[in-house]
Amino acid sequence: MRINAHPDDDSPAIVVEGLVNRFGDFTVHDGLDLTVRRGEILGVVGGSGSGKSVLMRSIIGLQTPAEGRIGVLGRNLRGEEGDEADRDVRARWGVLFQGGALFSTLSVGENVEVPIKQFYPDLDPAFRAEIARYKVMLTGLPEDAVQKYPAELSGGMKKRAGLARALALDPELLFLDEPTAGLDPIGAAKFDRLTRELQETLGLTVFLITHDLDTLYEICDRVAVIADKRIISVGTIPELIATGHPWIEEYFNGPRGRSAHDAHMQGEA
Amino acid sequence: MPERALRGARNSHTFNPMQSAAQHVLIDGGADGTRLALSGQLTLAHIGPLEVALRAMEGPVRVVDLAGVEEIDTVGAYVVCRLARLHDSRITGASPEAGRLLAAVREIDKVGDNHPHRLPVWERVPTKLGEHVFHARSGIYGVVAFFGQILIGAGSLLRHPTRFPLKALVHQMELVGVSALPIIGLMSFLIGIVIAQQGSVQLEQFGAEALTVNLVGRITLRELGVLMTAIMVAGRSGSAFAAQLGTMKLTEEIDAMRTIGISPIEVLVIPRILAATFMMILLGFYASVVAIIGGAVVGQASLGINFVTFLLRIQEVVPTHDLWVGLIKAPVFGLIVALAGCYNGLQVRGNSEEVGRRTTMAVVSAIFAVIVLDAFFAVFFTEVGWG
Repeated sequence: MRINAHPDDDSPAIVVEGLVNRFGDFTVHDGLDLTVRRGEILGVVGGSGSGKSVLMRSIIGLQTPAEGRIGVLGRNLRGEEGDEADRDVRARWGVLFQGGALFSTLSVGENVEVPIKQFYPDLDPAFRAEIARYKVMLTGLPEDAVQKYPAELSGGMKKRAGLARALALDPELLFLDEPTAGLDPIGAAKFDRLTRELQETLGLTVFLITHDLDTLYEICDRVAVIADKRIISVGTIPELIATGHPWIEEYFNGPRGRSAHDAHMQGEA
Repeated sequence: MPERALRGARNSHTFNPMQSAAQHVLIDGGADGTRLALSGQLTLAHIGPLEVALRAMEGPVRVVDLAGVEEIDTVGAYVVCRLARLHDSRITGASPEAGRLLAAVREIDKVGDNHPHRLPVWERVPTKLGEHVFHARSGIYGVVAFFGQILIGAGSLLRHPTRFPLKALVHQMELVGVSALPIIGLMSFLIGIVIAQQGSVQLEQFGAEALTVNLVGRITLRELGVLMTAIMVAGRSGSAFAAQLGTMKLTEEIDAMRTIGISPIEVLVIPRILAATFMMILLGFYASVVAIIGGAVVGQASLGINFVTFLLRIQEVVPTHDLWVGLIKAPVFGLIVALAGCYNGLQVRGNSEEVGRRTTMAVVSAIFAVIVLDAFFAVFFTEVGWG
């Protein structure tokens, strides 16, 4: 018996090769390469404006790159395989945008129902609503949040509701754009734990953009660093620090990096 | 089933009921009680029919056996857990991963039937009506308060002229006025043509086609030039005001201004109102002139009135007060359009649907108010002898 999202094989979940992104004369990525393994939580870090979100948008097809090849779950996503194939991949990933990006005219429950309705229109509506309620509760929201509208939710609740929508189809691959930004430390820690739990039980592959050093230490299997328009290094945090790159050095050995590291060590002990 | 075949079925998402559908069999297990054997794919893609069947199934079920299940996801686990809770039964045959998934699902309390209950229609309709009446009152308060805010804003700008948002005013004038010139010109030109052409056909029956000049000149300067322009400005700029301010409200830009100590009335509303009021005068006049040119073109082409003669006759037959009637109405219409746009924009709350609703309201209420007011103006100016 297999769990839906568990890896079928050892092929990588995401392969990016030679990605080039330009906005006018401004080059964001210049020959960026990245491989995300199945079943791992990969953290992506980089300075503001280094192109983390653009990388995510390129992978999920919202940004057409100038050059390069992008493979997601074994498919080449540059429109070469037609819409049907793209649609197939879309049923197998979930995306949590930075602000939640909930549909503001729909309640939380209806938001979660949208992808289910899109891909499985034949499902009994009552059962679909039940699944939506269950997914909302799975992300730790109280049950009465289901009927609320996005405008009535706090920032942290919006993120959880966004996660519930991202998880609606039991995706194999989850994209999280700064999931803990703007959350209080307790909420952020809970969100981290939730991500880890889901990853462990469902065997998800998680592509996680974050600035939160605690998140990096606590839940990421590997961390990819974007700087100088490409991924300069991928590995566990000790491996990254061992590269001696000045930016990585400053990032992890700055005062915040230190305290996150110490907290992590205390947690381990 | 071989792993490869499974993968093929999964990756292609082809629905093959013979192979992949979720199935259930009830077995009488003797001393253990009834045993429910589930098999196939317990995933969102395939579980629909099974879920319906299980809901209708009568218990009791002592054991739920998952040994035959090929694939399970959170929805499948949820359905299994719900079934087990309903019948108070044991779950067996789950693989370690599936066991962990089921354990995670079981932690969640019962998902209640949480449909928002709808009132019956005979209660819902009066309730809605009552709410509307109640809100109408607060709507009137809101409009009055908005006027007050504008007066206060204007007052404080008069006291501190250096704060006057001149750049915003010029920008809005360009948007409302200059960029509207082509479309308003075209519209007025065509209206001039239609009035002249249709008017001449009717007047011809009395042998009075020469009076087409009077018709075109007076009706455009007095009424149509300004009225049509006001409708066009309401559609172009009133809606833009409402949508823009409404979006700024949603993205908390207006709140941000307030916290910095900038009055949104001073920097957003007053420039728009001044721009619309002032540009309406110019646009209204421009529209009348272009409509007269349109009429003159028809005169030249089909009435045998020379183009220049047409324009000279206009000077003779149109009294000056007709021009004043138009020019007095124009700023009032512009003011109404801008007020409706800005007021509705600032009323936006909550979500993007509200932006659309308020934008519609801004345009509809502006056009309605303009037409009602135009009727009053028509009676008024005739009464004061500017007939």
